[in-house]
Parts: sequence; C-alpha cells; structure tokens
Amino acid sequence: MQVYLPIAEMSVNALLLLSLGAGVGVISGLFGVGGGFLMTPMLIFVGVPPAVAVSTQAPQIVASSLSGVLAHWKRRAVDVKMGLVLLVGGLAGSAIGVQLFSWLRELGQVEFAVTLLYVVFLGIVGVLMAVESVTTLRRNRNGTPPPPSKPRRRLIHRLPFKMSFKQSKLYISVIPVLVIGFTIGVLGAIMGVGGGFIMLPAMIYLLGVPTNVVVGTSLFQIMFVMAFTALLHSVQNQTVDAVLALLLLLGGVIGAQIGAALGASLRGEQLRLLLAAVVLAVCLKLAIDLTVTPSELFSITSVGDMT
Amino acid sequence: MIARGWVRGVAAAVVACLWGTQALAAQAVEPLRENILTGAAQDEVAITATFSGSELFFYGAIERNRFLVEEELAPDVVIVIEGPSSPIMVRKKGRVAGVWINRQAIRVAAAPSFYAVASTRPLDEILRSGEDRRYRISLDTSVYILGIPTSAEDPEEFRRAAIRLRQSEGLYFAEPYGVELSDRTLFQTRLSLPANIVEGDYRARVYLVRDGRVIDDASIKIPVRKQGLERFLYLAAKETPLFYGFGTLLVALFAGYGASELFRRLRR
Repeated sequence: MQVYLPIAEMSVNALLLLSLGAGVGVISGLFGVGGGFLMTPMLIFVGVPPAVAVSTQAPQIVASSLSGVLAHWKRRAVDVKMGLVLLVGGLAGSAIGVQLFSWLRELGQVEFAVTLLYVVFLGIVGVLMAVESVTTLRRNRNGTPPPPSKPRRRLIHRLPFKMSFKQSKLYISVIPVLVIGFTIGVLGAIMGVGGGFIMLPAMIYLLGVPTNVVVGTSLFQIMFVMAFTALLHSVQNQTVDAVLALLLLLGGVIGAQIGAALGASLRGEQLRLLLAAVVLAVCLKLAIDLTVTPSELFSITSVGDMT
Repeated sequence: MIARGWVRGVAAAVVACLWGTQALAAQAVEPLRENILTGAAQDEVAITATFSGSELFFYGAIERNRFLVEEELAPDVVIVIEGPSSPIMVRKKGRVAGVWINRQAIRVAAAPSFYAVASTRPLDEILRSGEDRRYRISLDTSVYILGIPTSAEDPEEFRRAAIRLRQSEGLYFAEPYGVELSDRTLFQTRLSLPANIVEGDYRARVYLVRDGRVIDDASIKIPVRKQGLERFLYLAAKETPLFYGFGTLLVALFAGYGASELFRRLRR
C-alpha cells in the first residue's frame, strides 16, 4: 500500500515504513535503547530526504520515551533536580543545533554532516560496546571477578558552582551537567537521536550518577528536549513529517514488544555483542558511502523548500 | 476498432467523392486552414494519502476549412505537459580528504518540476529548431540557467545533470510516438504522472505542426492539488508551523502511549 508523505513529498510503501519501524523497535526493545541512531540512517537509505529523516525523529522519540518516563516516575527513579539542570543545557543545545541544521541545509551539507557524525559516533560507541562485552564474556568464562572500578572524577570535583542533587546523593558542579545536557541537545537536533547511548555512560562515568536513577533521569531530559526540538524543526525548517512519524511509531511500538519478549530469553552479554555488531555494520555502510566514488555526483534541491 | 474502421471508410469515401468532383472541375484547391481543438479527460489531479501516480488522457481534433486532398500529408501534433517551475540548486560532489562532499553548486533559474513531451513523430523530424525555441517545446529549451554562474567551471554540465536526474526520477520524459492520430483528424494521448510529483498548476500545451512550423496551438490548465488529510497537514506545516508541531507531538504521544498500553493489556 502506497502512502504519500505530505512533507517529504514522496510516495512510499506503508508496509516498508511499518516494518522499518518494527525492525528498529525490536532492536530497541531487545537492547533497551532508543533506536534513533538506526532509524535515521535507514530512512536515508530508503530515500527519505535527510532533513526530513532527522527532524521527524524528534516527535517519534518523545512518544516512545513517554511510557518509560512514566514508569520511572512512579518508581521515584527520576532525579528531577538533575533532570531540570540537564534540561536547561539541553534546550540551549537544541536551539543552537536547529540553527546549525538550517545553516547546513543552506550550504547543502546536511547529508554529509549527518553521515559524518554518524560514522564517528556509531564507530566509537560500537567499538566500546564490543570491547566491553568481549572482556566481560572472557572474564565470565575464566571465572575471574571484574576489577574494582576506579571512578575518575577528580577534575569534575574541582569545578565551581556546586549544587547538591539529593536523589543521586551527589554534590557536584553544575558545569559538567549543563555540558552533557547541551551536547545531547545539539546531537538530537542534528542527528535525530535521543542520545541515550552517549548520555548514560557520561552520567555514570563522568558524574557518578547511581544506576537506579540514571535511566529515568536521562529519559526525562530526552523527552522534553526532543519535544522542544520537534517544535523548533517544525517552525524553522518545516521538515517534520507527521504521517512518516506516525507510521514509524506504530511499527516501533509493535516491534518493541516483540523485542522485549525476545530479550527475556537471551543473555545480556551476548545481546550487547550483537548490538555492537549492528551498530558497527551501520557505521561501516555509512563510511563506505562517504568514501566510495558515488555513481551520481550531482544532486538537486529546490530553492523554495530546501529539503 | 470497429467504429474507427467505419469512420475511416466513410472518410475515405467522402475524400474520394471530393477528389472526384475536384478532379472533374480541375481547378486549384482552396488554401488549407487548420485549427486544433483539445480537451482533457480530467480537470484536476488530486494527491490523496494513497496517491501512487495518475494518468492523464488528452484528446482532440483538427478542424479544417476543407478535406485534405490525397497528396496533402497529415499534420503532426505535439503535447507538452509542464509542472510548476521553480529555481533549483544543482550540486556536484568532489573528493576532499578522501570523502565525497558537495563542492560546487549552481542555481538553475527555471526548471519545471515535471515535463513530458508527447508527439506523433520524433520532434527533430517534424519541427524546426527555431520554432522549438520560440515555443519552448523540447525539454532542452525549458530548463535554463540565467545570469552569471559563480562557483562552477562548466555550467552546462550542471544543467544537463539536472535534466538527467529528473529523467531518472520519471519527472522528465519524451514519448516521440505517444500521440496517436487517426484519420488525419482525431488525436489522443495518455501520459502517466509519477507518484513523486509536487502540487501546483500544471499546463498542457498542444501544438499543431505542419512543414516544420507551428500552425496552431491551444492550452489547458490542470491543477494538481493535495487533498483531504494531505492538504490539511501540508497547509498546517507551512502556515501554522507551531500549531502543526504541537499537533504532531500530541498525536504521536497519544498513538505511542495508547498502542503500548494496549499491548501491555493484551499480553496480560
């Protein structure tokens, strides 16, 4: 069944979009990640204009984080104070990210910038995940206990403007919190990702946020920052496609249920290695696209609405 | 086919009759005057949520002051369908530090969003190039660069690339035998609009061509409009973007949360 996307101005197969949403949903349910980092490249692969692919992720991420935020909220697993500080950084980052995105569109470099950012971030995250799960697997096989973690928080503790975050049992400077929030805001606007894959390690390793509140707090920030990003993209770039968002979302919800059910019967470390493989495969494909001589050197954008 | 055979038979008979009387009279025939009359089977094309392309059907007749005599050939008919024209940026990738990046760009002042030319015979066999340029008939005369291009070495290459890209998307095409002319009088053509067309006022121009010259023309406007939900969303996104953004968020939240709650209940 063909569906005409009103903003992308193209006709696509609705089943293709639903199954794309479901596929990414399975992965996100399986691994507990947002999946935006896979969805954006996939949409570009099927021919959705990169600008539309990136900005349509924003409402999508808001909707898929709502259930999580509510669940964590009920369990009091959200550090609201830290969430709000992160949010302040995130809103500023989002505003700047959307401006940057507009500017890239005028230059005709959205596709290049998005692809390059993806190659860099997916590469780093994929390698880190693969290394970590391989060492854990090997350690489990040898039966050696994991070495005690040495949190390197010295620099962070020397920064000024300290604030107490009671729920996280932390007394730290607001600067690194704002910086993390800001970075996530910029990346969300330009890459169309929630940014959990960067935010969780940053909060755990850099700030020392306890694991019981880290997921709820980051989801809280991501949801509001992406809602703001969705509004900004709608107003500034007019590239949010409601029909596309809805189709991906419905597929995603179904997929996430399947993924969660599958995940219950698989072991954690193997799962993580599998996710690392998926991430690296997408990264490799994008890297090849950047470096191999393209079959078509030319491209057209209409000046009226530079999608 | 039966009807057409019958018409042809009658026409032949009438022509034969006329020819007979004229031969008897043995005088010079009146100078030929021909006009074109045309119509389209649809007054507009609606882009709905399930739009997957559309077919346009044009028909028409050639009106004459007298019947054609035997040695007078049939004229040719050319139909041009043109979508709304807008300036475009054509970009060319180049290699920088091992990666491919858009390096040169040129603004093409006018490029129709859709362009199809159907004719009874290939244009270069029936039309003088001066006439082609004057009436902007062939595709090549309708995509052009204005002013002094700045950042490109070979602007013509960019113009040709724009044409090639739109051809590969099915937005520009020619059907050199796409117009069917019967009995030297009635013509018809079918052209398909692909699914990726944009909305706007499309125009069909019909030309009657004889001895390399355009002797008459006519034109029809065919509006292509988004309709229903598509129209509502498109207008909302362009005219009230903040409202559109909030609406999209609300619908997404509602659908996402509703669907996951539904599944949770189903699994219990």
